[in-house]
Amino acid sequence: MNAWLSQHRAALGAAFRRLWATPLNTLLSLLVIGIALTLPGFGYVMLDNLRELGQSASGVQQISLFMNLDASKKDVGEIESRLKQAATGKWHFVPKEAALKRMQANEGMAEIVASLPRNPLPDAFIIEPTNAEPAALEILRKEIAGWPKVAHVQLDSAWVKRFDAFLKLGKLALWMLAGIFAAGLVAVTFNTIRLQVMAQAAEIEVARMIGATDAFIRRPFYYFGALQGALGGLLAALLVGGALRLLAGPVGDLAALYGGSFSLRPPGVIEIAALAGAGAILGWLGAQLSVSLSLRKFD
Amino acid sequence: MIVASNLTKRYPGGYEAVKDVSFEITAGQMVFITGHSGAGKTTLVKLIASIERPTAGSLVVNGQNLSALRRSAIPYLRRHFGMVFQDQKLLFDRSVLDNVLLPLQIVGLPRREAIRRAQAALDKVGLLSREKALPIALSGGEQQRLAIARAVVNRPTVLLADEPTGNLDTESATEILELFVAFHQVGVTVVVATHDQNWIDRYHPNVLRLDHGRLL
Repeated sequence: MNAWLSQHRAALGAAFRRLWATPLNTLLSLLVIGIALTLPGFGYVMLDNLRELGQSASGVQQISLFMNLDASKKDVGEIESRLKQAATGKWHFVPKEAALKRMQANEGMAEIVASLPRNPLPDAFIIEPTNAEPAALEILRKEIAGWPKVAHVQLDSAWVKRFDAFLKLGKLALWMLAGIFAAGLVAVTFNTIRLQVMAQAAEIEVARMIGATDAFIRRPFYYFGALQGALGGLLAALLVGGALRLLAGPVGDLAALYGGSFSLRPPGVIEIAALAGAGAILGWLGAQLSVSLSLRKFD
Repeated sequence: MIVASNLTKRYPGGYEAVKDVSFEITAGQMVFITGHSGAGKTTLVKLIASIERPTAGSLVVNGQNLSALRRSAIPYLRRHFGMVFQDQKLLFDRSVLDNVLLPLQIVGLPRREAIRRAQAALDKVGLLSREKALPIALSGGEQQRLAIARAVVNRPTVLLADEPTGNLDTESATEILELFVAFHQVGVTVVVATHDQNWIDRYHPNVLRLDHGRLL
């Protein structure tokens, strides 16, 4: 156990020393790996931010029920009683007069409303169903649409669905991008390790001759690949964080123009760890492939 | 300790470097393998260290039949040997001490203990004062003594050398030889391949004399 531990410690130390011994090479490799990981990492953080934005904007799922313009108080009462019977959740009635008043209160709308010959707005109900499942909402919408004097039923979640579909597409594109860059990272590590194996041919040959196991010879390369990948991942996290920081100002201004407040969330500890971890795993994989191929000639 | 029966090594192309050789080396013996250049001395040493595999016959080292040895078992077998090569195979990118530390790192000895043992080995071959030097700064004889320190640091049961004095002047060669004799005297089995008749005349070791791959 002790021997095992000390061998791993030695291999890790050797990996650090090799990174340190060729600073320029190390820097260039880290840059390549870092940039390769930055693109998918940045995309992920942006999508995550968009998802959050979508969630906070959609809030509660609502169904808007618009009556015919000629609907009477009695018709409204009929719908009220039906809603009570259906017991679908909370709902409230918005009379057309109230709707018009609210519209007048909006900036720039007062003049337009004043110029209208009569109130163009219908009576409406806003329903907040307890069951917010898209399928259940759809059933409810169809049922309500069949009620008398109902002109239009609008499911306010439609745009949320579209937004979701858009996010899904974005995610898929992101995974494909990540796949390509992951392959690139493996290739970079593969090449770095191949050069190292060639540079250390003498050491490998001697070590073999005096009783080194394959594991002993491979271990420092694995650590090197994983370490290089992990450091590249950290660099990527740094780049993503920096990019978000640069974007934060303009995005805030944009959100303010739309009368909202939205701030980009920088990558958290978990995301940073995931980037470093992904880099480490891919680096290890590249090292594994490279060492297996390069060491064949020593047999 | 080392038992060969009808041992044959044929290289690709049909050249038979070792032909139908049988011998036994017992623990604690000092054995010289001699013969003209190309007689098969180096091949025999490589067979014993399982750097080469026999094509026919059997070679048993420490009770293990090398023909049937799994690839993964070879490193552990080699740890019984201290190997000294004509071209030393030192690592020129690290200090004298680090060269001697390598076998101990391979077996995973804790660093402090490893350094203590490496220094003891360097002391034995008279190189302790040069432990921080790079091998390139050593003379030919010193380089070979360094190779011997690396070979014995892991306390091998067999010291196996292939033409260890091939590139040395008489004085340095004698120093190397004295070292082998000293290790033999403390119980290490010593097997040396050499074409140098002077050694045999002086120390009368057991001799395996090869001629065109056959034992005389």
